[in-house]
Amino acid sequence: MTAEVAPPARPTPYARAVLAQARMEAKLLVRSAESLVVTLGIPLGVLVFFSSVDVLPTGDERAVEFLVPGVLAISVAATGLVAVAIQTAFERKYGVLKRLGGTPLPRWGFLTAKGLAVAAILTVQSALVVGVAALFLDWRPAGGVLALPLGVALGAVTFTAIGLLLAGSLRAEGTLAVSNALFLVLLLVSGVVFDAAALPPAVAVVGQALPVGALGEVLRVGAAGQGIAGGAVGVLAGWGIVAILIAARTFRWEP
Amino acid sequence: MPRSPDAASERPAIEVIGLAKRYGGTVAVDGLDLRVRRGETLALLGPNGAGKTTTVECCEGYRIPDAGTVRVLGLDPRRDATALRPRVGLMLQEGGVYPVARPAEVVRLFASFYADPLDPDALLERVGLDGARRTRFRDLSGGQKQRLSLALALVGRPEVVFLDEPTAGLDPAARHRTWEHLRELRTDGVTVVLTTHLLDEAEELADRVAIIDHGRLIALGTPDELTHGDRGELTFTARPGLDTVDLGAAVGVQVIEVRGGHYVVHAPNDPALVARLATWLAHHDVRLGELQAGKRSLEQVFLGLTDDAPAADPAHPDAPADPDAPADPSAPDGLRASDEVGA
Repeated sequence: MTAEVAPPARPTPYARAVLAQARMEAKLLVRSAESLVVTLGIPLGVLVFFSSVDVLPTGDERAVEFLVPGVLAISVAATGLVAVAIQTAFERKYGVLKRLGGTPLPRWGFLTAKGLAVAAILTVQSALVVGVAALFLDWRPAGGVLALPLGVALGAVTFTAIGLLLAGSLRAEGTLAVSNALFLVLLLVSGVVFDAAALPPAVAVVGQALPVGALGEVLRVGAAGQGIAGGAVGVLAGWGIVAILIAARTFRWEP
Repeated sequence: MPRSPDAASERPAIEVIGLAKRYGGTVAVDGLDLRVRRGETLALLGPNGAGKTTTVECCEGYRIPDAGTVRVLGLDPRRDATALRPRVGLMLQEGGVYPVARPAEVVRLFASFYADPLDPDALLERVGLDGARRTRFRDLSGGQKQRLSLALALVGRPEVVFLDEPTAGLDPAARHRTWEHLRELRTDGVTVVLTTHLLDEAEELADRVAIIDHGRLIALGTPDELTHGDRGELTFTARPGLDTVDLGAAVGVQVIEVRGGHYVVHAPNDPALVARLATWLAHHDVRLGELQAGKRSLEQVFLGLTDDAPAADPAHPDAPADPDAPADPSAPDGLRASDEVGA
């Protein structure tokens, strides 16, 4: 053996690594047809169907005024909660998380990449929802240039945290079932596709305390040009903080 | 990270001292010591559940040892993970890849994690996945999945590679291709630790073989050392029921019939001994079946050392009980090593 020379320092190219990982995450989120149905199909379907067919108790507002913020909230929940939860759960099941743990990509890099992927998907989703509403359904919001994106971003963090919480603690099949069930329940009790006044009062209160309802409220108040719905922002952020704290303690990377 | 060249060459690439790990009540690794030199290829050989994977996963930083220390390139696999990961490549026993991702994408992704990676396209060609670069991982054959895992272990130009059963599920051609690849790593000075329960693989690839059973190191040496040792013996087959007492007296050492027609002469290979044996056989008009002398196969060493040895022949209950005992010569003939004389 020849005398060895200390190898040159080869620092991990973090920016390149995180971007490549984010690109992969986004590609995989889009590649799964099932997840596309949930993340794009359901929100757009709800928007177009209920705007055109007048069956919803939406109070004296036009259906579309009511629906756009609600559908945005649904999109965020669909991507953050359902798609991320399911994808991450199966990554864990198939040992992808474990294998990535053996590379120089650090955990914060992995989570950042996931966040970037969610952000990219949500940007497309929101643009589609807002675009369809504005172009075809004659939606003219009174405000929300700042409140809508900020609300979507806060919601994305909260729902992604909830999705990761499920994915890191339940089995993959359990995550699949629970995240879909949760999504459906949140959708129904949160008054995002119809006026919460139509619900029994107790259910409406619970709905407003749940993250989808809170996000719907933040977005609706924002779009109506009424500023920031402080209480709802607090509820939403509270859910996010709790989910992050629990996920940080319970998340398991191994199958 | 300050490292002087001298310190680097003196320190072993991997140093495991007193490693112990249990899962609940099950002891997986029980006080294991192991040093792997830089540039060396070491095979961890042992039956299923011997503690091979646990040992490797402690070195990879996946497991926290209950006791003992593990150093890889002088670093603690968990505490110094940030410094260590860029220099280590690994292959898990299974999967670890997104089911719907394609080999080309995955190798490119992993390449982006390292400062100075191999060229992904050349690497895919090298492991024989050129034709499958756009096939989803879940649609690859078992062998293709293994080869993709190998590519992922190597793409960062690691100094140390841990391969957990790198050829499991490969057909013979693919296995040889992988062997060739691993031999090149040795030429390049990469330190390789591979687990296997294939004896021919260990003998073929490893500079040294560590045999592990019940979480303990029970033998360590080059394949030659393990198969020669001082435990030479001569085995032969002939018709059953030879008078082993008379034969023993004639050749000067004890002869045992381990099973009907299978005989073991406990003595190092020696031309005079073979001559005396042949003379006695000629005298008694016995036709020789098979004669094997000199070194034992690694398989015989392995079976003699581990609990997986076939149960002793009831007729000779004392035969294979001690480590020196002959393995059943009719055992699978994966690597009959040496001078074999057919009749």
